[in-house]
Amino acid sequence: MFGLDAKDTRLVLIVAVLTMLAPFILNPFPEGSELAQFNAGYPDLMQRFVIFGIFAIGFNILFGLTGYLSFGHAAFLGVGSYAAIWMMKLLTMNVVPAIFMAIVIAGIFSLFVGWISLRRTGIYFSILTLAFAQMSFALAYSVLTPLTGGETGLQPKMADPRILDGSLAEGTTPRANLFGLQMSSSYELSVGGWLFTFNAGYYLAAVVMLIAFYISIRIFRSPFGMMLRAIKCNQQRLNYTGLNSKPYTLAAFVISGMYAGLAGGLMVAMDTQVGPERMFWTASGEVVLMTILGGAGTLIGPVLGAGMIKYMENIISKINSTILHEWFYWMPDGLEDFVVAMIYPFIGKGWHLTLGIMFMLVVIFLPGGLVEGGQRIARLFGKGKKAETDEGGTKPSSTPAE
Amino acid sequence: MSKSDISRRGVLRTGAAVGAGLATPTIFTSQVWGGGHTGFTNAPQGDTVTLGFNVPQSGAYADEGADELRAYELAVEHLNGGGDGGMLNTFSSKTIDGTGILGKKVEYVTGDTQTKSDAARASARSMIEKDGAIMITGGSSSGVAVAVQALCQEAGVIFMAGLTHSNDTTGKDKKANGFRHFFNSYMSGAALAPVLAKAYGTDRKAYHLTADYNWGYTTQEAVQTSTEALGWETVNNVLTPLTQTDFSSYIAPVLQSGADVLVLNHYGGNMVNSLTNAVQFGLRDKMVNDKNFEIIVPLYSRLMAKGAGANVKGIFGSTNWHWSLAQGFTTPDGTEVAPDAGSAAFVKSFGEKYGFPPSQAAHTCYCQTLLYADAVNRAGSFNPCAVGEALKDFEFDGLGNGPTLYRGDDHQCFKDVLVVRGKENPTSEFDLLEVVEVTPVSQVTYDASIFGGDLGTCNPGA
Repeated sequence: MFGLDAKDTRLVLIVAVLTMLAPFILNPFPEGSELAQFNAGYPDLMQRFVIFGIFAIGFNILFGLTGYLSFGHAAFLGVGSYAAIWMMKLLTMNVVPAIFMAIVIAGIFSLFVGWISLRRTGIYFSILTLAFAQMSFALAYSVLTPLTGGETGLQPKMADPRILDGSLAEGTTPRANLFGLQMSSSYELSVGGWLFTFNAGYYLAAVVMLIAFYISIRIFRSPFGMMLRAIKCNQQRLNYTGLNSKPYTLAAFVISGMYAGLAGGLMVAMDTQVGPERMFWTASGEVVLMTILGGAGTLIGPVLGAGMIKYMENIISKINSTILHEWFYWMPDGLEDFVVAMIYPFIGKGWHLTLGIMFMLVVIFLPGGLVEGGQRIARLFGKGKKAETDEGGTKPSSTPAE
Repeated sequence: MSKSDISRRGVLRTGAAVGAGLATPTIFTSQVWGGGHTGFTNAPQGDTVTLGFNVPQSGAYADEGADELRAYELAVEHLNGGGDGGMLNTFSSKTIDGTGILGKKVEYVTGDTQTKSDAARASARSMIEKDGAIMITGGSSSGVAVAVQALCQEAGVIFMAGLTHSNDTTGKDKKANGFRHFFNSYMSGAALAPVLAKAYGTDRKAYHLTADYNWGYTTQEAVQTSTEALGWETVNNVLTPLTQTDFSSYIAPVLQSGADVLVLNHYGGNMVNSLTNAVQFGLRDKMVNDKNFEIIVPLYSRLMAKGAGANVKGIFGSTNWHWSLAQGFTTPDGTEVAPDAGSAAFVKSFGEKYGFPPSQAAHTCYCQTLLYADAVNRAGSFNPCAVGEALKDFEFDGLGNGPTLYRGDDHQCFKDVLVVRGKENPTSEFDLLEVVEVTPVSQVTYDASIFGGDLGTCNPGA
């Protein structure tokens, strides 16, 4: 189907079903229960899952396939965001031109950065991209304040021109929409104690992510993708065969920059605000973490990594000591305090610590990331099944190994 | 076993009917934020109401965030009838009776802004969408305040700003759903200038070092305008990167410029470093133009004074509130200022709970919580529009700053501003600043239209 083999089709379908049913899957606990703390099925976080999924998928096209480690991808995300917000301020609050321009501008910017940075490989390439990203951040933070709003950032204002939109109705504020459908609108379904929220913005982002995911599979499977892998294997040898590898790496760099721009544009479409921190080097580092945590060079890995990190950032960081005491109230007093004191460094603002430990464990024991973990489990079950039924079918590995 | 007749079609039909039945009561809301269906976002349903405390718990302003959180916890305790009631006893409005807000017990959720707009908005959105917070408050930087204020406007909840000093928050970026108790750059400049003119004369040449971001720009502009109005001359204004930690290369040229006053438009760690550098360079021992060289820090906080240590001695600045108001004091020109009852009550209950006096960030956050609760009580509703109406042009007293007005035109509080100076002989690590003058509110009041911006109309959300 769609020019994919059976295994890839199955993967796309699984991802499609998971994203479409995410409001159910992410809200497994009833409202008001103690465990509702762990529910992630609210619009903001679901949007973040898919948007950072797109960002990581794009990053993986560069890092996973060619092995070039860019430490400046957040710059493209930021540039895309600024392009999108300016489209909203000047043209229309409809998200289509905003997202389109985000991709275009990020593509042009990545062409420029890539053209310079790709003259070097390895650590020098990483440092160059990092330098470009930090330059962009510094420019956006202060020097380009008239264009970027500086530290305060940009938001749609009542007084913006918006030349394609009619004048605002009295008492309303400009809101991002898709041909009239507001990104913030949602349908709430309450079943028993559960409350499921179906958000228009989330579904737009999810559909875009599916398209982005599909394109990434096609790239992975194409001769172009094969060439990128060849670059990762041994670029020198490739050069000696008389082949100029630079256009290929540059193309991969620009494609992944455009993915980042798309993610940036979507972020603005979902939440109409841009600040320069989006370009800070920690944001660039985060996407590297996402990709490695999930499994670099695999198809689904980056999406899993992105989901994992965003979940920790938004859920673990909100657990405070009061909540811990509520959980362990049934313990004897001294023991309760002890247990809370033991867990406290790992929650709330300590979520970075938890993430760091997880990252170390994954890198040491599962070098292939979460995907490798999934494969090991699948193999375990697969073996058991084989022994039982003696079918000897295909290995149920969901993702191709790099 | 009872006989059951389950057909595939029957199951489908029942399923469809149940699904339709379940879906019927939920209406298609045009805004996601609607939790309850009483006409506004997150209308409290049970016997509790949830407030969202969004403060920096990591990053450069984590200390201030921690102090803000302490103040919020204290405020919630007092609203729910615990503790000694703090400033509830001195607050001029008496609607808060210890039964929470409108009879609903106050609960709260916390989040980490990381002093980044994106993180702050993500945290605020999760409070609104997931935890059903009816009001968001906190923050320790103007960038974050402006970002979260816009979000709250869009979502249809009230935003009670924490520590934010830039003119923009209630100037060009003001929003109908946002309210600020803290003072701003303009007021700092207006309050400082006369004191400086009195202490240092009217023919000074000032050299500005300014943090290169919005707050720095507005503060520098305010100080320059108000000092120039009194006869000072501005020699130069140099922008310094926010991430700068060593300011020696910026300070060396100051002496060659012929300036005899250095204004450090820096906050937090920036100010600690630049002031330390300036003092180490011996600027304060120099004589320029036959005058003693002086340094000024427009916005002071106790935490900054602590960081800069002995270097703050004798250096002028302004502050929103200082705990020494609780004891009363004598200004250098001999005026006796009586202890302030509100401040005393607050310092006492804060000190008893945490063991040290509160910072100005804690004070403004505590006040904002009380002001919100009182406005809801007076309005008789949690509806943001009703609350906004109750806060509009609200005059109150007893919250530590004397008579105060919440101006309806820009949702900015107008109250006396404190001009402070680093103490020569501090008695403890908290006793670093002394109040030099209480600048009356009339002197710092400005026209609401001078910064532009549009308040818009209040948005109750769903």
